[in-house]
Amino acid sequence: MSEKIKHFPGEELKNIDVKEGRIPAVRHRPNAKYLWSAGIAMSRFLEGLKKGKIVGATCKKCGRIMVPPRAFCEQCFKPVDGYVNIKDTGTINTYSVSYVAGDASRIKEPILVAIIDLDGASEGMGILHILGEIDDWKQIKFGMKVKAVWKPSEERTGSIKDIKYFRPLQEV
Amino acid sequence: MFGKKRVAVIGAGMTLFRRTLKETGKELAWEASKMALDQAGLELKDIDSVVMGTAPDAFDGVHMKGEYLADGSGAYRKPYSRVFVGGGTGVFAVDAGWWHIASGQFDTCLVVAEEKMSSCYPHPAYAFTTIFDPIYARPLGVTLIWIFALEMHRYMHVHGIKKEEIALVSVKNKGNALDHPCAQLAAKITVEDVLNSEVLCYPVQRLDISPTSDGAAALVLASEDVAKKVTDNPVWIDGVGWSIDSTYWTNRDLYYPRYVQSAAQMAYKMAGIKNPPKEIDVAEVYDPFDYKELHHMEGLMLARKGQAPKLTADGVTQRDGDLPINPSGGLLGVGNPIAAAGTMKCCEIFWQLRGEAGKRQVKGDPRTGLAQAWGDLMQYGSVVIMRS
Repeated sequence: MSEKIKHFPGEELKNIDVKEGRIPAVRHRPNAKYLWSAGIAMSRFLEGLKKGKIVGATCKKCGRIMVPPRAFCEQCFKPVDGYVNIKDTGTINTYSVSYVAGDASRIKEPILVAIIDLDGASEGMGILHILGEIDDWKQIKFGMKVKAVWKPSEERTGSIKDIKYFRPLQEV
Repeated sequence: MFGKKRVAVIGAGMTLFRRTLKETGKELAWEASKMALDQAGLELKDIDSVVMGTAPDAFDGVHMKGEYLADGSGAYRKPYSRVFVGGGTGVFAVDAGWWHIASGQFDTCLVVAEEKMSSCYPHPAYAFTTIFDPIYARPLGVTLIWIFALEMHRYMHVHGIKKEEIALVSVKNKGNALDHPCAQLAAKITVEDVLNSEVLCYPVQRLDISPTSDGAAALVLASEDVAKKVTDNPVWIDGVGWSIDSTYWTNRDLYYPRYVQSAAQMAYKMAGIKNPPKEIDVAEVYDPFDYKELHHMEGLMLARKGQAPKLTADGVTQRDGDLPINPSGGLLGVGNPIAAAGTMKCCEIFWQLRGEAGKRQVKGDPRTGLAQAWGDLMQYGSVVIMRS
């Protein structure tokens, strides 16, 4: 704020007054619902997951094997040259331990979150997923090898959650 | 000179930043706009064009937010547009205002940014869960704080940075905010306070993070002809830059923000800046989390990769240091009404370069300042460079 300005507009409301309805306000909860078609490339990805496979896409021009797969290479701006299966093992690139849910409420058992660089894809091609079969999160290390734990085939629906989580490849 | 006309900042204004304000978004935009016009000594009839910056519609629950806010932004029967690049919006709106005038099309432009996050009730965090890819990311329950925590941890790992080094940023910025009359979370805290605060999403703890806020900020921009008529003390916009990386945020190494570097290079080239740490006298660097200040100093090439923590520990980034960073108190201290927070940073640089920042004034008569914001999915950088 400039020292030339002496008054700063804005009237603060107390949380308790808002909560207990002591201020004039209107409430509404929108009821918009969505159905997203998965598209050209990600339909293959989801169909692959249902079969227990992780599908990537290749671009011969830049030489990348990309996951998640895409219909066009965003760097070369041309159609990808094909789709390939990637391994379901990989390396922890970075991780986090979440005690917070999407609505900012707190959770007791933390969610172990990681970016996992998958084997068989180009270097640094990570995907977001969660880690499991780890008793103490302090056992997680950067560079740790992990492997996907799949739902039984009859329970798979063609979703990223067909992989339950990634577990350490060696016992921790 | 770039463009057909040189562009000056001639006035700035802002509201209080608070968790919940009684005013509507429209009313907040009006308050900040009116203050900026008064400071510039202009009236709405003198304004040729308006740029409004505001972030996700989901906060307001009004899915044509630019139009909803138009009257409060002084847009009545004027050329008007809303710009939106996530958290980068507040600085990008000033970049957009610059080209309105530099193009030769207009002589004046009112730039106003507003955010009212409290309308998404009880907590705006849930609105952020709808920014992610619906096919492969959202089913996992991804939240905004996850991606910050993953990036922070990667940055710490690559350079071997400790949490206590990062906590110094929160201590500095919340302390700086004690001198900002609009600040929401000004406080005198210690590194221990940060390290002992609630773990939200390790390594992110409660005091590493900026609050959710309501607020607005505005600037009046003018061509050289107009600026010289109305003020003896214009501040010139000498550099603008913006850049985006791929939306596949898990496919790049998060330890370094290359898109911030690209935006900075564009702005430095325009401003003729060859040695940023020597030539920038004061900077407002985007700090929604404490590590982001360090991460962005490196992206802006104000520090070498991995060296920003050392500059911080050595006191270089304090208000009386050689390279003051976030003398306002930043998002960590003043607050984080998304788009308005970036524009608040531009206001601070304007006031610093005019020598009007009062108790927050950095030493040594600063001549060149930088403001930067960042946003979208770890992918957007926006930069503005001003000179007095």
